[in-house]
Amino acid sequence: MEDAGFIIGGYVLTFITVSFMSWRVVRAGKRLGKQVPDADKYWL
Amino acid sequence: MTTTDPTLSQTDPADARPSTGAGTGTRATRIIGIATIIAMGWLVAFGLGFSPEDRDQRESVRLLYVHVPTIWIAYLAFIVTAVASAMYFFGKKKSLGWDRLAGASAEIGTAFVAVTLVIGAMWGRLTWGVFWQWDARLTTTALLFVTYIGYLAVRRLDGTHEQRARRSAVIGMLAVLEIPLVHWSVRLWRSLHQEATVLGTDGDVSMDGLMLFSLFVGVLAFSLLYVWLVMHRTRVMAMEDLLDDRDLDDALAARHAEARPVDIGGNEEGTA
Repeated sequence: MEDAGFIIGGYVLTFITVSFMSWRVVRAGKRLGKQVPDADKYWL
Repeated sequence: MTTTDPTLSQTDPADARPSTGAGTGTRATRIIGIATIIAMGWLVAFGLGFSPEDRDQRESVRLLYVHVPTIWIAYLAFIVTAVASAMYFFGKKKSLGWDRLAGASAEIGTAFVAVTLVIGAMWGRLTWGVFWQWDARLTTTALLFVTYIGYLAVRRLDGTHEQRARRSAVIGMLAVLEIPLVHWSVRLWRSLHQEATVLGTDGDVSMDGLMLFSLFVGVLAFSLLYVWLVMHRTRVMAMEDLLDDRDLDDALAARHAEARPVDIGGNEEGTA
């Protein structure tokens, strides 16, 4: 594949970005979930 | 940033209601999460493997299976932000749930625009020979990104939850007007950027079938990711608001306790 560095690098960069976002939001949810009573979690 | 949020039940500081420590995950988010991972796997397989190279762009076309879906979903995210902002601003209930949806959607949309700009710069380097040009499409997209960075900054200003919601709702409804400008910039001004291949006005899609399918897989993958992130982020925001309210209640209770008259013996009034 021509220019494989740019193309694969672009995909890798994208997946690192979205994985970081996902990890951050799940981690925040777990951290805050310990402080909030289940009765206040409308999604449960 | 504190106030009473009618969309959340009130939490008494002395309340010892149990928390199992459950986070923001539910059965629905788990299903969407798994579907997202599968769709992302397909995107890699089709984007980097099965789809053919383009006659003119050659291999660099593979970057477009990420570049195009991320900006489309960013447009969708900003439209959701505008609609949710309007629902808060003009709605009778003034539900902060709409405000949180607007904020969560804008955060994700902004991140997707950042991905679009970076991948676009890489594609530009391969196709045009430069990472960046002050071209109409590129410049208006950068302006869109900066606008929503501003929107997110406004959400972090001091004030009550209602003040946050009102301020950001106005910006959310105005900022969305940039999207038509970005989309039509390639027609309004002379542009290096190509015109729309799929969302053109003539309805003709001049793409190879497998390329179009790869693009569709990209749209599906990033749509699922968007929904999954919005669900988690709005729930995180709801808990942040609730804890803000609780902190205010605790602070007020502490101030009231300090302000209570105390007699010389150190006993509180009425207890001596």
